[in-house]
Amino acid sequence: MNLTLRIWRQSGPEDKGRMVTYQVDDVSPDMSFLEMLDVLNERLILAGEEPVAFDHDCREGICGMCGMMINGVAHGPQRGTTTCQLHMRQFSDGDTIDIEPWRAQAFPVIKDLVVNRSAFDKIIAAGGYITAPTGSAPEAHSVPVAKANADAAFEAAACIGCGACVAACPNGSGMLFTAAKVTQLSLLPQGQPERYTRVIGMVEAHDEAGFGGCTNAGECTVACPKGIPLNTIGRLNRDYLKATTKQADNTPGS
Amino acid sequence: MDLYIEGDPIADTKAPDGPIETRWERRRFEAKLVNPANRRKMTVIVVGTGLAGGSAAATLAEQGYKVKSYCYQDSPRRAHSIAAQGGINAAKNYRNDGDSVHRLFYDTVKGGDFRSRESNVHRLAEVSVNIIDQCVAQGVPFAREYGGLLDTRSFGGAQVQRTFYARGQTGQQLLLGAYQALERQVGLGNVEMNARHEMLELIVVDGRARGIVVRDLVTGEITTEFADAVVLASGGYGNVFYLSTNAKGCNVTATWRAHRKGAYFANPCFTQIHPTCIPVSGDHQSKLTLMSESLRNDGRVWVPKAKGDDRAPRDIPEDERDYYLERIYPSFGNLVPRDIASRAAKAVCDQGRGVGPGGLGVYLDFADAISRLGRKAIEAKYGNLFEMYERITGEDPYEVPMRIYPAVHYTMGGLWVDYDLQSTIPGLFVIGEANFSDHGANRLGASALMQGLADGYFVLPNTIANYLAAGPFEKLDASHPAAVEARRDVEDRIQRLLAVNGDRTVDSFHRELGQIMWDHCGMERSEAGLRKAIDEIRALRDQFWQRVRVLGDGDGLNQSLEKAGRVADFFELAELMCIDALHREESCGGHFRAEHQTEDGEAQRDDENFSYVAAWEFTGTGKPSVLHKEDLKFEYVHPTQRSYK
Repeated sequence: MNLTLRIWRQSGPEDKGRMVTYQVDDVSPDMSFLEMLDVLNERLILAGEEPVAFDHDCREGICGMCGMMINGVAHGPQRGTTTCQLHMRQFSDGDTIDIEPWRAQAFPVIKDLVVNRSAFDKIIAAGGYITAPTGSAPEAHSVPVAKANADAAFEAAACIGCGACVAACPNGSGMLFTAAKVTQLSLLPQGQPERYTRVIGMVEAHDEAGFGGCTNAGECTVACPKGIPLNTIGRLNRDYLKATTKQADNTPGS
Repeated sequence: MDLYIEGDPIADTKAPDGPIETRWERRRFEAKLVNPANRRKMTVIVVGTGLAGGSAAATLAEQGYKVKSYCYQDSPRRAHSIAAQGGINAAKNYRNDGDSVHRLFYDTVKGGDFRSRESNVHRLAEVSVNIIDQCVAQGVPFAREYGGLLDTRSFGGAQVQRTFYARGQTGQQLLLGAYQALERQVGLGNVEMNARHEMLELIVVDGRARGIVVRDLVTGEITTEFADAVVLASGGYGNVFYLSTNAKGCNVTATWRAHRKGAYFANPCFTQIHPTCIPVSGDHQSKLTLMSESLRNDGRVWVPKAKGDDRAPRDIPEDERDYYLERIYPSFGNLVPRDIASRAAKAVCDQGRGVGPGGLGVYLDFADAISRLGRKAIEAKYGNLFEMYERITGEDPYEVPMRIYPAVHYTMGGLWVDYDLQSTIPGLFVIGEANFSDHGANRLGASALMQGLADGYFVLPNTIANYLAAGPFEKLDASHPAAVEARRDVEDRIQRLLAVNGDRTVDSFHRELGQIMWDHCGMERSEAGLRKAIDEIRALRDQFWQRVRVLGDGDGLNQSLEKAGRVADFFELAELMCIDALHREESCGGHFRAEHQTEDGEAQRDDENFSYVAAWEFTGTGKPSVLHKEDLKFEYVHPTQRSYK
């Protein structure tokens, strides 16, 4: 396959950035999208031009490090697939492909296709955990968990933190990411004691980090490579409402 | 010139004696403690945020130490532990199927082909049960039965069902548990997290590890960081082969730099080739993808009986298929340990019976399991793996058998550590895959997650106190001569890499190095091959320093520069791996020497001469390394030829 790539090049945070056109020939349909970019980069280096910077690591769809807008779609055309797992057989000979970084206020561009997603870590640090210092755990079987709840918690826990939800959202909201963690932990008995402080802390950190508000556009769940369902946001909203009501009541405990 | 020199044996591993089940308790009791008020005055640097590093950093911070944590990824949640699929072993015996701490200990020593330290392995088996408790308390969503209790499954090398799992994403879920505990400590101000930072040198002052030199990968800034102790949890070195199941960024630099500063490197030739990976599809291949070993629970491995049979797999009748693992190893069948399954796959492919492009593949067939259990049950167990397979190959494994081939996956070798997980440099601790580990010459499936978390949650946080009890140590700053020198070394090296401006890319060298290693230091090794490899590695390394091209500068994000530094260290490691493989004139676990095999092609150990850990001391670039032997004593599990037949 022969392809025309139009790639966002930006030398650093201060640079304005621009789309640059490249030709890549002899692309095999068995290549992954990132392997196709590797081929381009090898050629650029030999031609004396700086390679395109992009984030990637595991290349098997689980670390969440890769991510780019491909023809305006987060992670490209194949549903439920990260950029690294996208293969060139999804494209046709002669295609022109636009490649851009995630664009969101909370994810500033570092260079080319690389963005800063540390705002996600801040949301987790603000409550996305169960407090269980090492050594303090009871015997694992002392607390049974209904299989349905365990399975639903797992489904939410599958989030890889790639940021596609934010990139796809017209508001640049990180609500699906936040809601996935809130949902996982609030479905488990171990997560109950901190259930309401958690959701308040995480939503506050989300808003402070510059993410937009959620207006239920639903683009996030479509872009999510792990299929995190939209109803997690419903769960978050319910917990948040309860939590803020409790706060107003100033009633400690349940 | 000799390839190596033999030095003094290692006299003391600090492992306590006495009955094995009392050793860990005794060590903890005899170790010195640090009182909570003093912990606040001490800092520990932890490099790497995978299962071992993440859990250690979180636990040390919970105990009251100040922690500085580093990772090269953009978030600690992305460390490569996240990609582990199948599960984590623990001797809970929830199945009532005869499991116990002693059996897990026994299976691990045997699975490691009698090249691990009994005391360590027993401790690992003991704390395995605490790990499951800890992870459940953190909200790790393990698979459960309808009654609400935890489910377990079988894994290679064991006849009990002791593997806990979270669908095919066990590593991800365990890592997120550790990551969340770590982020909690970040939020509380007890951990200073430095993502997108790479350790490039160790700082040793008065014989103690006191700090590291790091490069901020975004700004290019190089700084010296100090602490009372340094913990390396930087993972394994499988990427020396270029193609492996490791993440692209995985590297040996942190441990190799420590090795150059005096930490012994143990058993570098013990590498694990995983039997079930998706075969290479072409020259563009940048990494290999593992299909979890758990698939061998339900999938049957076969090749056609006839050479060169290129019919579609479904057109090959049952009696013209060779289910070779079931045939050769009737009692373990498809669940033989990894080293054995990998070598068997190579053997049938060498016979010309391999399938797929280039004949480098065997079938992993789920047709029987689907007809027995139904497609739904298979989907529930392995759905995500099947989807991943289809995305990569374009083939639907529900309809046609998977094609698999072995690939480099894990490295049992690593920095030598004593029972306290301390290296030969006082104050430098090494945990997880980065140390030479409890897996001997071959790691059993679902034991890496166990070891990473055992080291990080339970072992290191106890043993490091014994060292820190002598602290806090003298305060240091960037002007200390040792720090100035370490920093200058890093800067010089970066300038050297940028200055070559040759005509070949870093990746082209890495690929070529990987091919040499795969051909001569991979699944099967021979004296002639290893000698050839050593010559080729040396020649290629010279070429690298004359011809590599790294564009840009060191003052900002420069991914080529990062890669170049890592590949330069891989060159040095590769040579030591080959020397280690050459000197070990026996076959054991993942190390198979063609000269040392039984009549039916199984590994032939030589316990009389090689029942030791080979710990290598660096003596200078271009100078032969010094070999120090740590004798292994087996009081509880008596070495026999491993049999899975």
